[in-house]
Amino acid sequence: MSTVTLTNTSTSNAGKWVYRSAVLLLCAWVLVPIYLLFVNTLSSPEAVNSFPKSFTPAFDTESLEFFLGFSGMLNALLNSVYVAAITMVMSIVIGAPAGYALSRFDFRGKELFRMLILLTRAFPLPLLALPLAVMFIEVGLDDSILGLALVHTTLAIPFAVLITFSLFSGIPVELEEASWTLGCTRLSGFRHVVLPLILPGITASAIFAFVISWNEVFAAAVLTIENRTLTAFLLQNLDTSPLHLKFAGGFILVVPALIFIFAVRKYLFAMWGIANR
Amino acid sequence: MNANRLPYLLILPVTLFLCLFFLYPFIQVASQAFTGSDGFSLSNFENVFSDWKFPISLKNTLLLAAAVVPVQLGLALLMATMVNRMQKGRDLVLYVWTIPLGISDLAAGIIWLAIFEQSGFLNSMMQGLGFIDRPTTLLSYKNMGLVFLAIALAEIWRATAIMLVILVAGIGLIPKEYYEAAEVFGASPWKRFLRITLPLLRPSLQTALVLRVILAFEIFAVVAALGGTLFPVLMGETYAYQFERLNSGGAAAIALVILGISIAFTLVILRILRVPKGAQI
Repeated sequence: MSTVTLTNTSTSNAGKWVYRSAVLLLCAWVLVPIYLLFVNTLSSPEAVNSFPKSFTPAFDTESLEFFLGFSGMLNALLNSVYVAAITMVMSIVIGAPAGYALSRFDFRGKELFRMLILLTRAFPLPLLALPLAVMFIEVGLDDSILGLALVHTTLAIPFAVLITFSLFSGIPVELEEASWTLGCTRLSGFRHVVLPLILPGITASAIFAFVISWNEVFAAAVLTIENRTLTAFLLQNLDTSPLHLKFAGGFILVVPALIFIFAVRKYLFAMWGIANR
Repeated sequence: MNANRLPYLLILPVTLFLCLFFLYPFIQVASQAFTGSDGFSLSNFENVFSDWKFPISLKNTLLLAAAVVPVQLGLALLMATMVNRMQKGRDLVLYVWTIPLGISDLAAGIIWLAIFEQSGFLNSMMQGLGFIDRPTTLLSYKNMGLVFLAIALAEIWRATAIMLVILVAGIGLIPKEYYEAAEVFGASPWKRFLRITLPLLRPSLQTALVLRVILAFEIFAVVAALGGTLFPVLMGETYAYQFERLNSGGAAAIALVILGISIAFTLVILRILRVPKGAQI
């Protein structure tokens, strides 16, 4: 009897050990490449181009300074922020009401509407930038921040609708009804009861929209010529730019994303849980 | 406000927006692809298909998807089940594993370039371990296998997180009682995974696979950063037709090819993983 228990604990100990090292290994798989990018970014241009490489950062900001001083780069960085900010606002302002409608009302055509939203996810959306480029020239939106933001909003809106749908569904309709019996109209009840509860979630989905736009490459490269965003600028100069410029650019692309994913981590799973149903 | 009209008023902005910026350009791109110099023609497609680069880029795109997506599915399933039984540190591990979700494909390409470029970390490590004396050019036409591997690794590294998130959310929806009952009947962890997790996870698997496969056919910036012109893919060809050859009819035709492959695969995935009516949780 005692030997049986002994082997049991030793196998489960071994199992635990395998399990733990697998978790650590997978964490390293994600983190080590990012760390190596940081090492490259925080080294001088000479160190980046030399061999062999040091695996620890020298905390030299010369590469970053070179990057920020590179002609057109600061502009591209600003453009990226503008486009992402406009995308963020538009996708929430346009998408959230639909999310509310889906969670609170049964109406004819609801399924059809949901299908349209889901359908957009099944399309390679950046491709739509090609015809839109022509359309934008006709209406004078070509090579403009607003034009690109409109395309990025198309990318972000299905997510905004589905996420806000799931967020609104998480707030009991009884709370709202109670506010109506206490004399609130639908609008004021929404403002005083639903809005405070939903605001953190809305912020999270807004941040998600920001990241979608911030990271988008193809449409940005197709639609902007003079007013390049950061991704488009980096892509266009991939063949010609020196290594330290690429790595510093990658670094600048990655850092906000790291912070934003950290900010919305609580909502990521709730967002997807309901979107599956 | 009439309560019957309110929901329609609320969905009106999205519907208008999607009609203008999704349906309309979609019709545009389709009609442009089928328009030649005089009305309807297939000349754009003939043009594109007869180009020597088209079969290569089609093959590369499909091969890459075939290599990357199954690995991602396996890895995401493994990570999701590991997280599911985790008690301590679950939030931290999940955060770390979902970091790549926020990283753009271009940045991912650049990150893996840091490893694979000639003076990069892979060569530095090999030299440190004494395998090589001088750095060798890893990403060149002489090492096409390695170019493929670097691109595939970057894609697996970057885009497994989106599947992981969907699967973790899906596993969270499976009632715990099912597992408890299975344990009572003596089912091993592997059996429980096969008989409970996998079948009940079908809706999430559907979503995850559809999303991932479509994104796999859209691969562009990772390839541009790592392979450059060495490794043509469909999306890159679209870009080249539009800007280098200034042939937007050809670009539209390739766009439709990508769209067609995406829709075909979506239908296949939905069919294989269909959830029988009444079997939903």
